[in-house]
Amino acid sequence: MNITATNSSPSTASDMLSVSNITKLYGEFPANQDINLNIMAGEIHALLGENGAGKSTLVKMLYGSLQPTSGTIYWKGEATTVSSPSQARGLGIGMVFQHFSLFEALSVSENIALSLSKEIRIGEVTKKATELSQKYGLPLNPEALIGDLSVGERQRVEIVRCLMQNPELIILDEPTSVLTPQEAESLFETLDILKSEGRSILFISHRLDEVRRLCDRATILRFGEVSGTCDPKQETSSSIARMMVGSDVNSISKKSSKTNDNTLLKVSDLSQPALTPFAIPLSNISIDIHAGEILGIAGVAGNGQSEFFDAISGEVLSSKHSQVQIRDNDVGHLNINERRKLGASFVPEERLGHGAVSEFKLSDNMLLARHKSDDVAFQRFGRIGMVWREMVEKATKRVCDVMDVRKADVDPLAGSLSGGNLQKFIIGRELDRQPSILVINQPTWGVDAGAAAHIRQSIVDLARSGSAVLIISQDLDEVFELSDCIAVMFDGSLSHSLETSKTNREEIGLLMAGVNASENKDAA
Amino acid sequence: MGLVEAILLTIFTAATPLLIAALGELVTERSGVLNLGVEGMMIMGAVSGFAFAIYTGNAYIGALAAIIVGMLFSLLFAFLTISLVTNQVATGLALTILGLGLSGLWGEGFVGIPGVKLEPIIVPFLSDIPFFGKLFFQQDIIFYFSIILLIGVGWFLFKSRIGLILRAVGDSHASAHALGLSVVKTRYLAVMFGGACSGLAGAHLSLVYTTQWIENMTAGRGWIALALVVFASWRPNRVLLGAYLFGTVGIAQLHIQALGVNIPTQLLTALPYIATIVVLVIISRNRRLTMMNTPASLGKGFVPDR
Repeated sequence: MNITATNSSPSTASDMLSVSNITKLYGEFPANQDINLNIMAGEIHALLGENGAGKSTLVKMLYGSLQPTSGTIYWKGEATTVSSPSQARGLGIGMVFQHFSLFEALSVSENIALSLSKEIRIGEVTKKATELSQKYGLPLNPEALIGDLSVGERQRVEIVRCLMQNPELIILDEPTSVLTPQEAESLFETLDILKSEGRSILFISHRLDEVRRLCDRATILRFGEVSGTCDPKQETSSSIARMMVGSDVNSISKKSSKTNDNTLLKVSDLSQPALTPFAIPLSNISIDIHAGEILGIAGVAGNGQSEFFDAISGEVLSSKHSQVQIRDNDVGHLNINERRKLGASFVPEERLGHGAVSEFKLSDNMLLARHKSDDVAFQRFGRIGMVWREMVEKATKRVCDVMDVRKADVDPLAGSLSGGNLQKFIIGRELDRQPSILVINQPTWGVDAGAAAHIRQSIVDLARSGSAVLIISQDLDEVFELSDCIAVMFDGSLSHSLETSKTNREEIGLLMAGVNASENKDAA
Repeated sequence: MGLVEAILLTIFTAATPLLIAALGELVTERSGVLNLGVEGMMIMGAVSGFAFAIYTGNAYIGALAAIIVGMLFSLLFAFLTISLVTNQVATGLALTILGLGLSGLWGEGFVGIPGVKLEPIIVPFLSDIPFFGKLFFQQDIIFYFSIILLIGVGWFLFKSRIGLILRAVGDSHASAHALGLSVVKTRYLAVMFGGACSGLAGAHLSLVYTTQWIENMTAGRGWIALALVVFASWRPNRVLLGAYLFGTVGIAQLHIQALGVNIPTQLLTALPYIATIVVLVIISRNRRLTMMNTPASLGKGFVPDR
């Protein structure tokens, strides 16, 4: 293995950007501690690390939206203070955000114009954006409203917006987490063009295969410190993962599946009009999930997955009672708690604000989710509405122990947990009930490798114990790793489900892009 | 002057303060701040306009004072909601209550005293045009200003770069901050613009509409202006339509009452409200368009990263 301990490396002239002993304290807590990093001209440099390792903090300091507590940033060999994003852009640092910083109600051109520091006519912006989008293979329509665009298209807007500044260093924060494999591939082609022009790219990702394919060097962060640098092409995914996590990441064990014919979750011919202007209408969705089976639904975000989740969980009721069946009961008209009482559990996509209330304690979040389904266990003196706090706290502790939820306090606020730990808690809260049906939207979205492995193993274990599991995920690796069968959601409809062992990424990728695989074969 | 002209002139007078206050609030809300204190800022504008017109004998200084007082009053709101991130709804309500109380105190000595009227400005030549000349070119300065304001706000919001920044801040303050746009500064300015407009709208009541001071003389017009902004789905042209529709029906129902038509007066008094709401609801039934125009971060406090 080729790990070099990074001492405080003085900046050299060939460096586009280097960072020397940067520290960022939040009160007492060091989010970044003595970070050293150098990015050379014309290289694609990966920044790796688990969630909460301090990647975002570091990047925000490079882009000027946060100020370091101590340490120096060198831009082309000269010590610089980056005091604001507009100054960063002035220097030649561009940023493509993970959670897009786009304005939904504004047009593509208007969004781009906003990031330009000087007054340029919208017509000029449109013209220049169109030129750039053609040059770098990023097709987009300048007049379209952002609210109408898919996630992949929005990312293109972000990239074109960043390129308008003619940046010499481009920071990409988890750019591929929302793309189809084909979209990711075309992004890589764009990045290769940019690199060949001598621009540097700082590529933040948790997908190690991509990093190995794309990046020239990698810096790995752990607990706010640099834990190593390496040439990713010389490493294996698991050796990099070890540097990120500090220990081996267990690959999940998938014992032989013993599904039987007992259908636990059935959706028949579910159609639903769009309820809001940006929603996707659902058309004729049918699935059967048997006991012991995991069905994975792949698809690019915004193709109706959230609408589908809402219809299954009961956040939106169906017009026909029999459209959703849980253990042979018609539940289309039942609300979430009534469905939960039949043995189903639901984990929504948004951790904060949907899965948990950020300013509530974990035990209160436990109670909120399970006060109806566990009314016997959580109420004192019979079911008269008196909360039995000891029981709630006991269950909270049990979940935290089983799922290895790392927290600073016995019963902290949900919002104080890192994404991965909160997700472990939310999933553990449902698994603790031993549900016969589990529906999870984005099980490990934005969750670090260690926590993701833990979550995935728990999901597989639940299925093997005889429950039916439905996962909805944008992460194709995850879908392949977990599922017995895979179906793809595109534009509100669901493909036939394919057995995981009999399909491959290309076929699924085409379905995700809306190309019918069988038609495609015929044409070829 | 014919009867039609007279009626139309009263409609203009009734609609002008609504239009100005609503346009100001529209700009404030487009930046993502909900200021429910319009009524309070208006009444402060009314009393200070009246007071300074009497102190100086010059109604123009009165109008200017009303603008400044409205702005100062909104500055208090901006400091509380933007710098201290207090709840916007509660703070706005408090501002209205404060304004009503404070204006009553200040205005105690003015009750029954005749005020100074803001005299019409007669535009040479144009005012000689039959019918239209009287309506449009023999008005007070605040009326002319309201029209300039309407055009200006429309241009500012949709054609200028600062307007674009304002809309961006109202759409997503987090994204705006990430891009390095100043959310706090933008919102302060937008709130103060709203305050200035409300102050001027108040001055119209005490310097043009009636030239006297009556406690609580805004009589809910601030609330109407607020409602107009929402029902107009944050679009200036629709605010114009709403304000004049409200003014028209309001005047019409007075004439119907005068004619002695046998309809309960309560129902007639409610008519402008009903008509305005119905019409604006009908024209804003396009939900997509409404959503595109609704400032997505309206009423949400903004706390930047450390």
